Amino acid sequence: MTLTLGKPKRRAAHTVPSARWRGRQAQGWLYAAPTAVIVGVLFLAPLVLVVWMSLNRWPLLGQAVFNAPDNYTKIPNNPLFFDAVLFTLKYTAITTVLLSTVALGLALLVQERRPGVAFFRTAFFLPGAVGFAAAALLFYGMLNNDFGPIGPLLQNLGITKEPVKWIGTPNMALFSTIALVLWRFAGFNMLILLTGLQSIPVEVYEAARSDGANRWQIFTKITLPLLRPTLALMLILSVTGSLLAFDQFFIFTNGGPDNSTTSIVMVVYRDAFFRFDLGGAAALSVVLLIALVGLNTLLMRRLR
Amino acid sequence: MRYYSTVTALAILFLFPLLWSGWASLEKPQNYLNMAAYGEGVGTYATNSVLVSSMTVAGTLIVSALGGYAFARFDFPGKNLLFLATLAILMVPYATILIPLYVLLGYLGLQNSLLGLSLVFVMFQLPFALFMMRNAFEAIPRELEEAALVDGCGTFRAFSRILLHAVRPALVTVGLFAFLASWNDFFAPLILLNDGSSFTLPVAVVSMTQGTFGAIDYGMLQAGVMVMALPCLILFVILQRHYVRGFMSGALRG
Repeated sequence: MTLTLGKPKRRAAHTVPSARWRGRQAQGWLYAAPTAVIVGVLFLAPLVLVVWMSLNRWPLLGQAVFNAPDNYTKIPNNPLFFDAVLFTLKYTAITTVLLSTVALGLALLVQERRPGVAFFRTAFFLPGAVGFAAAALLFYGMLNNDFGPIGPLLQNLGITKEPVKWIGTPNMALFSTIALVLWRFAGFNMLILLTGLQSIPVEVYEAARSDGANRWQIFTKITLPLLRPTLALMLILSVTGSLLAFDQFFIFTNGGPDNSTTSIVMVVYRDAFFRFDLGGAAALSVVLLIALVGLNTLLMRRLR
Repeated sequence: MRYYSTVTALAILFLFPLLWSGWASLEKPQNYLNMAAYGEGVGTYATNSVLVSSMTVAGTLIVSALGGYAFARFDFPGKNLLFLATLAILMVPYATILIPLYVLLGYLGLQNSLLGLSLVFVMFQLPFALFMMRNAFEAIPRELEEAALVDGCGTFRAFSRILLHAVRPALVTVGLFAFLASWNDFFAPLILLNDGSSFTLPVAVVSMTQGTFGAIDYGMLQAGVMVMALPCLILFVILQRHYVRGFMSGALRG
């Protein structure tokens, strides 16, 4: 997600004698060598390998056999894949809209310095410090009607008559997962937006106020436009994260009921480690990679 | 007043699940005893998690401090290419890289190995960590380094004696992010570790939801959640300032 590549590089004027200069070059390489080894061996090599795997029949155990392009041509026949794509897109759309709305609301609430505001910021962010797996397990217990408090509470208050099937129907499973994701990630996104809000100069607000702008005008004419780059970053992070959703569905809904909450990455995982078809999983991963890079490029062009 | 009632209600909403989980786990102390005896014993899983997190934090700090220094202070052929390749890690889906890594670590004799898992975590941390460290070294006045070099220090002595000291806050931020990521990650250990005795806490605690004879011990499960969450909550509250610096630096944008 290369929105900005940091500061423009500075080049010092090279008045250094060339032998010493070459010495500095060698030293630079020496310091960068561990980075180069890690990136080369654990990132670039697997990237090449995943393409090669996708061109082979590659069982979990046993010999790989070249079979291109079978792993790609059989993707349309994968019964789970298309449902998973549709479901993941739906999940991504809903999550991104809700998450950015809630995060923006929270950020606006705690952007100004007031007594106690640091506590509220921490409170909103604290779920983000908990691992996503732990958060999913927490909700798994909390939304269990025999063990957790939410179901009985709703019934006692007379809000629901029957016990709520939190993960028992496709729609409820999606709803509960989104509640989990909002709880876990709203504070994280709030923090991203706060950095953007705080970079808007106070003078701009003061000028608008002295020109007689009301709060709504200030929000739509100043805050939103100036927050655009930060909002774009948050949207891209949210879209990417949601399209690659795995933990929440694997742990919390187990892809069910009836595979209705099976995400794309879950299909990749099942192909690889339940159907022992690493070649097929590799082909899906390559398609996913291309789609994601394409989408990110598009979003960056549009949003900037 | 309306402001404070709104934010208080929201704070309760956000804190309630954590408080409930803590309470549900402590309701019966037996929950913790059950968890301690679960599978290979929670001690084994916690030890694995501590080992993986320590190796990840140490590895990330060493690689990104050296690399950050190189990118901030030296010019060498391939510099921009290597920086772009590192940032490209952020563009690639987790699953896309973990499936070939499962095979590749097998070739390297690092399958089902905590060291192999830690190295993978170091790689995932590098874009953020390298960006942070490069900016931190760039912010040090050149005179500080030059003074050390004139005093007859080699670049490595200048680096280890003086510069490393000056970038300490950035090191804390990088270390904190590396800890939280490696301690909490579920997907990478799920794929790369296949022997129960080498599981980290998230994989082990998630396996509790499979239940024994169909019955899930929810109290034990929440005890597991607490063991995973508490170190992160405590560290976060103590080092909050350093965490927020990670957001401010623009490194997330990298």
